Amino acid sequence: MIAHLTTSERQLALILLLGTLVCGLAMAIAGSKDPLGVHGAIIMLAAIAGIFAIINVYYAPEPDEVRLALYYDDPTKVAVVLAMVWAVVGMLVGDIVAWQLVFPDMTFDAGWASFGRLRPVHTSGVIFGFGGNALIGTSLYVLQRTSRARLPDQLSPWFVLMGYNLFCVLAATGYLMGVTQSKEYAEPEWYADLLLEVVWVVYFIIYMRTLARRKEPHIYVANWYYMAFILVVAILHTVNNLAMPVSLGHAKSYSAFAGVQDAMTEWWYGHNAVAFFLTSGFLGMMYYFLPVRAGRPIYSYRMSIISFWGITFMYMWVGSHHLHYTALPQWVQTLGMTFSLMLLIPSWGSAANALLTLNGAWHKVRDDATLRFMMVAAVFYGITTFEGSFMAIRSVNSLSHYTDWTVGHVHAGALGWVAMITFGSIYAMVPWLWKRERMYSPVLVEWHFWLAVAGLLTYVFAMWNSGIIQGLMWRTYNSSGTLSYSFIETVVAMKPYYVARAVGGFFFLSGAVIGLYNVWMTIRTEDQPADSRAADRPLPQPATPALQPGE
Amino acid sequence: MGFLGLHYRIERKTMTLAIGIIFAASIGGIVEIAPLFTIHQTVEDAPDMRVYTPLELTGRNIYIREGCYACHSQMIRTLRDEVERYGPYSLAVESKYDHPMLWGSKRTGPDLARLGGKYSDDWHVKHLINPRNVVPESVMPPYAYLARNKIRTDDLGLHLAAMRKVGVPYTDEMIANASADAYGQTTPDTPYAEGVAKRYGAATNIRAFDGVAGEPTEMDALVAYLQILGKLTDAAHKTTTAKAGE
Repeated sequence: MIAHLTTSERQLALILLLGTLVCGLAMAIAGSKDPLGVHGAIIMLAAIAGIFAIINVYYAPEPDEVRLALYYDDPTKVAVVLAMVWAVVGMLVGDIVAWQLVFPDMTFDAGWASFGRLRPVHTSGVIFGFGGNALIGTSLYVLQRTSRARLPDQLSPWFVLMGYNLFCVLAATGYLMGVTQSKEYAEPEWYADLLLEVVWVVYFIIYMRTLARRKEPHIYVANWYYMAFILVVAILHTVNNLAMPVSLGHAKSYSAFAGVQDAMTEWWYGHNAVAFFLTSGFLGMMYYFLPVRAGRPIYSYRMSIISFWGITFMYMWVGSHHLHYTALPQWVQTLGMTFSLMLLIPSWGSAANALLTLNGAWHKVRDDATLRFMMVAAVFYGITTFEGSFMAIRSVNSLSHYTDWTVGHVHAGALGWVAMITFGSIYAMVPWLWKRERMYSPVLVEWHFWLAVAGLLTYVFAMWNSGIIQGLMWRTYNSSGTLSYSFIETVVAMKPYYVARAVGGFFFLSGAVIGLYNVWMTIRTEDQPADSRAADRPLPQPATPALQPGE
Repeated sequence: MGFLGLHYRIERKTMTLAIGIIFAASIGGIVEIAPLFTIHQTVEDAPDMRVYTPLELTGRNIYIREGCYACHSQMIRTLRDEVERYGPYSLAVESKYDHPMLWGSKRTGPDLARLGGKYSDDWHVKHLINPRNVVPESVMPPYAYLARNKIRTDDLGLHLAAMRKVGVPYTDEMIANASADAYGQTTPDTPYAEGVAKRYGAATNIRAFDGVAGEPTEMDALVAYLQILGKLTDAAHKTTTAKAGE
């Protein structure tokens, strides 16, 4: 796979890897009394592994010119496998921490194994490891097909993919060592944030350069969403991670903002990570894979436009609904609530657009588990965005905030929308990527689907119940006008739901393990007839007559 | 040219689309965040407000390191049941030296904004060693190893200096004596302890928080931090009393 790089790309890769090695060495020395040193060592190891991989193919023959007549899918292939591996890792850790809330002594008297350190491994593993790799993989795939153009070069996609996964590894290992800046979903420290910043800029440049080479006059709707995802995540990441490191030899840093300003910045970031990482990017996925798999055009072009600009504009206002009744000025809270409610229009626009696209293809939904994954994703996208708007209403939020209802809500989104659309897209894309007729085992896709649905419903119902019970118990008064329940009584009341949650999570995890096995076996088993998508290639330089939108 | 016609042109131009996205996405954040740095509701002052001592700051960093914020909020909302359960609701000024804030988003355990002084040091130590020693139904993990780990004090001056760079008013004297002050806060009746009281106020808690005199442990630091929660300023109590008296 790396042998497909040209000689000059191999040389550039070596230079970059040597630079990485030097950075890692500098960190290892400067941070010898600090967790930073361990991360320096990890970066060095990664660089050395990369250098060996390049040296191994350095004298291999140059790739021939035929490659330019094909899409460049090697990074996508690796991203798909990595996404499935991170899914299993992230969900496994998630299930472990779920069980820890049932059996709290499951920590071996060690810091790294306690809930507080494992929980961000779970959240980052799923959001960034699983979600991020899936987004990078699918976006590069979709970008080329919808532009009818090859990626501009072969090295930069590898840089993005490998740099991004190094960031994920630094994040996860950092949490185990207690390296965190405690900003939820932005926990990695300053040096990992800087790495991601560089990776992200290169990612955006790939996008712009490929779009500049496109043979289609219009930028396809999926690419609007992917572009919004890349651009806005860059803005959010930069602002929310402004911080002052203790020194260049310390992993620790102090946020540039404090108190109420920090809280607003954090939830502006936090909610828009939901909006632009977990929604916009995955909508890009949906707008390509769902119509293709269903064999139907997108139902409404106008709805796509309204939905896109509605989401891009309105989402940025809603973060303050995380801070109802707090020390944040009330007018900011009210703005957040108002925009959260208005946001229902573009959100349901996209959900309806997806489901209406399936009109005339419902028989396929019945027979094809891959398409069913996408259908359930669209349904849960609709459910979760409705629930989110509802929970942003101040009076509802007074009950739901701080409870498991929030946890249930994000999992309805993460399991029901993000994971389902990703699994659907991966099952659609894997046979195309590896030129197979179908997945290794369609039966296992069915198994995965039903395990995922069972796990999702068990999880979400358990958390809805526990959250609402918890919220109600906190505010229950007895006849003499004093609080009825002590805090610990509400903890005890959660126990059965915590067990149910851990069981539901186990179902979902099992499905992901089956998915990983199925993807792996599809790659390994080559005795199937080759895929018939022979026309799946970029257009040569002199542009052919343009396609019109809606065709 | 209608809306669709306009869009028909935008989606043919990569840069226009990119700039459009940045523009549409920037407005909300600018309107909601920028004013927070100037308007009086969020930048008010409390005259009695003090900064964290080096030991308390170390404890706060341990609190962050262990991810305590994932289960405990530090933000009492303006709701009757919360004020009755935890104490006066939190004010913006109380977290003005919190880089970052630890308001939290989830209460798997109770809110800690007014924890300071509520329990004895001994209770905290027992609770951290194994929460089920004092609360049999607790689902919190044990943190026994905190009592075994000595804290690193040689770099505390750098920590204070970094905090000063982001706006916390640590003096040169505080920064220069950071390591000694961390030691002094856990060893009363020594000259080091006097320095702590001089720099951070006579009301500062100075004692062996983990019950063992000598080198400060992570347990010392974390308990010192927990005992100061909600006690950096009296503003919240004053506000509530004033309102009740009106």
